Amino acid sequence: MDDMMFLTFLATLVGAAWRLATPLIFASIGEVFSERAGVLNIGLEGTMLVGAFCGFAAAFASGSILLGLLAGVAGGMLFGLIFAFFTITIKADQIVVGAALNLLGMGLTAFLFRTYYVSTGKGIEIAQPVHIPFLSDIPFLGEAFFRQNLIVYSTVLVAILASLVLFRTSFGLTLRAVGEHPKAVDVAGRNVAGYRYAAVLVGTGLAGLGGAFLTLGHSNQFVEGITSGRGFIALAVVVFARWSPTGAFFVSLLFGLFYALQLMLQAQASIVVPYQVLQALPYIMTIVTLVVVRGKGAAPSKLGQPYEMR
Amino acid sequence: MSQKPFLRIENIRKRFGPIIASDGVSLEIEEGEIHSLLGENGAGKSVLMSMICGMVRPDEGEIVFKGETVRFNSPREAIRQRIGMVHQHFMLVPNLTVAENYILGQGSALRVINDMDKVHAKIRELSDRYALDVRPDAIIEDLSVGEQQRVEILKVLFHGIDLLILDEPTAVLTPQETDRLLSLMGDLVKDGKTVVFISHKLDEVMRVSNRISVMRDGRVVHTVHVGETNARELARMMVGRDVRMELPRSPEPPGRTVLSVENLTCRAETGLPAVRGVSLNVRAGEIVGIAGVSGNGQTELSLALSGLLPVDSGRVMLNGKDITGLDPATINASSFSHIPEDRHKHGIVVSMSLSENTILQRYDQKPFASGGMLNRGVIGEHTRDLIKRFRVKSRDENQAIGSLSGGNQQKLVVARELARNPDFILVNQLARGIDIGAMEFVMEEMLKQRDNGRAILLISTELEELFAICDRILVMFHGEILGELPPDRTRLDELGLLMAGQTEQPALAS
Repeated sequence: MDDMMFLTFLATLVGAAWRLATPLIFASIGEVFSERAGVLNIGLEGTMLVGAFCGFAAAFASGSILLGLLAGVAGGMLFGLIFAFFTITIKADQIVVGAALNLLGMGLTAFLFRTYYVSTGKGIEIAQPVHIPFLSDIPFLGEAFFRQNLIVYSTVLVAILASLVLFRTSFGLTLRAVGEHPKAVDVAGRNVAGYRYAAVLVGTGLAGLGGAFLTLGHSNQFVEGITSGRGFIALAVVVFARWSPTGAFFVSLLFGLFYALQLMLQAQASIVVPYQVLQALPYIMTIVTLVVVRGKGAAPSKLGQPYEMR
Repeated sequence: MSQKPFLRIENIRKRFGPIIASDGVSLEIEEGEIHSLLGENGAGKSVLMSMICGMVRPDEGEIVFKGETVRFNSPREAIRQRIGMVHQHFMLVPNLTVAENYILGQGSALRVINDMDKVHAKIRELSDRYALDVRPDAIIEDLSVGEQQRVEILKVLFHGIDLLILDEPTAVLTPQETDRLLSLMGDLVKDGKTVVFISHKLDEVMRVSNRISVMRDGRVVHTVHVGETNARELARMMVGRDVRMELPRSPEPPGRTVLSVENLTCRAETGLPAVRGVSLNVRAGEIVGIAGVSGNGQTELSLALSGLLPVDSGRVMLNGKDITGLDPATINASSFSHIPEDRHKHGIVVSMSLSENTILQRYDQKPFASGGMLNRGVIGEHTRDLIKRFRVKSRDENQAIGSLSGGNQQKLVVARELARNPDFILVNQLARGIDIGAMEFVMEEMLKQRDNGRAILLISTELEELFAICDRILVMFHGEILGELPPDRTRLDELGLLMAGQTEQPALAS
């Protein structure tokens, strides 16, 4: 491979990495909110699937990508409301409810898709890359960073906004306190359950958006199990990112890189490794990160624990 | 002072399930005084003050503050009326800064925090005024307990209060920090604040108070001016109950030393020193009691003896063998029985059956097991025998022990420990949660064990329990054994003084 080819390869790789990281960025930043408030939502996979399906269905019916995205968010939040009701109001075990919602999400979306859409076989128009004059035309850099669709660009905005809300507003301060010392929040006169509901809804709304991106900005179809484990990888991203939104952004990009790498290496005729091994790359990296970044260090101390009012 | 009282509490009642925490309490606090609430653990001091600061709602009664009847639904509402409380368990979020903790829950939830400089300045100003050394940008979890307490006090001042309630503030402090806190209380009063100081430490109360109210069993039994009383009188008021003195004593003199503890020190789970150089001997055929207000190192002493807490220095000898720092299983197997203070944590497995609980330490030994299999028949028979002998009220031996009453659980623990035929029995709170009938039965069992030549160490906060069966009583205060006295020669108020750490009574060292 000469230098030019390598640079092209790199540019394409980075561009693809960001695109592939997008659903992870949304879902993991959302989960940061949820976990910072002490709620561990392992139902992300199911929530993303619901988002992906709702997004597809709404866009299919209306022809509007924006409506599709909104439907994805709404679907995710509705699913989140179920989770919040059982874990916060009823105080059921968060792991059990999360696992149940994963199964529900998979089954429900598969059922609805087969019932209403599979025979049509039609896809939808997906969001197109935006051509930014000048920037998109820079050699290599343009290919790497400035030939994305608007949803991909919005991840930067979401990361910055999430960071500001979490660390610069009264809401964010209280939310972080809820995950560490809910009683102190209660004594300070704020509603612990209310904050946890809000955190879960932000989390599942963003997970729904991440799911919707898969059908509206990436593939043009809903496929059963389209998320293929991204919800679980997002959980690993949160741990690796030490519960920081900007951290989640960059760690997601890293995982996006693994996705992109395996796709592009598969296309390289010179690589003799079986493609299944390459496909497994993101998942292997997830396990490796979880082993390397172990310990509870920065985890909110009341993660996974319901709060008993006095 | 003839004007209306600053704070008047009238006939407050509060119960938690079957437990009556406040049994018609009335109390008046005057403006600008330091008013101490003195009483043993469980006398109802903290609950009463939690009701005044809005943490707990009273079932009945009236709270009149500055001439107005108040009814708080949350601590926030109390703060708005300028009443603030520093709790024993701090209400600080560990991973936030001091300033962030102070503004937690303040203002609109959607507000962008952009006035941090002002908040920092105000904290620095208050900190300087009262010499509190609080840095607004310090992260809570990096601070020592004493520092965190100053942060808590400053938090209440930051929000602006006229009445400050301190709940056992000195319990977690070193002597130097305590001095500092007591003088801070004086400064606050000079600034026009009123302070309620909850404590069970006589010397501190005598040092700072204007007036003292003594609580016992959910009631205020006395309110006195500090000049009109002394520590001895307060001790009697605090302990103040009749103690049964007549019980059959063993005529036999005690035999050889079974347990000897030399200069034992260990730290609590918090890392603070809890047991500071305890030495004692327990001989065959005697019951040695350890009295003391709870939290003076008794818990840690019993955990260290039984191997559940690491020993920092000193030696524990059982039957002449060094058992210091051995693991609990080994200690258990060397003729050492333990009836623990916290039954659910160290005594039983609540979800398991009576049978399974009776063989917890011996499930792998004959005759309960052979060839890696449990002998259900033998275990069942053994358990039924214990149930019958100790009159444990239960359906059968397969019932989960958690479904029994506390007293019956305790009886089974006692039965199990005695059935192992130990040379030494460590008991922490023998009669906890037991009804009177069962209590006498268990005490008689202990006396029988003593007469059979066992050595027994009984740690208890219940004086009645100690006076009933002990041959000697040691008093523990602040991790040390302050004195030793045989029960029949002791006057109650002298014991009370020792329990409160007063040692200037020369007659007590026998």
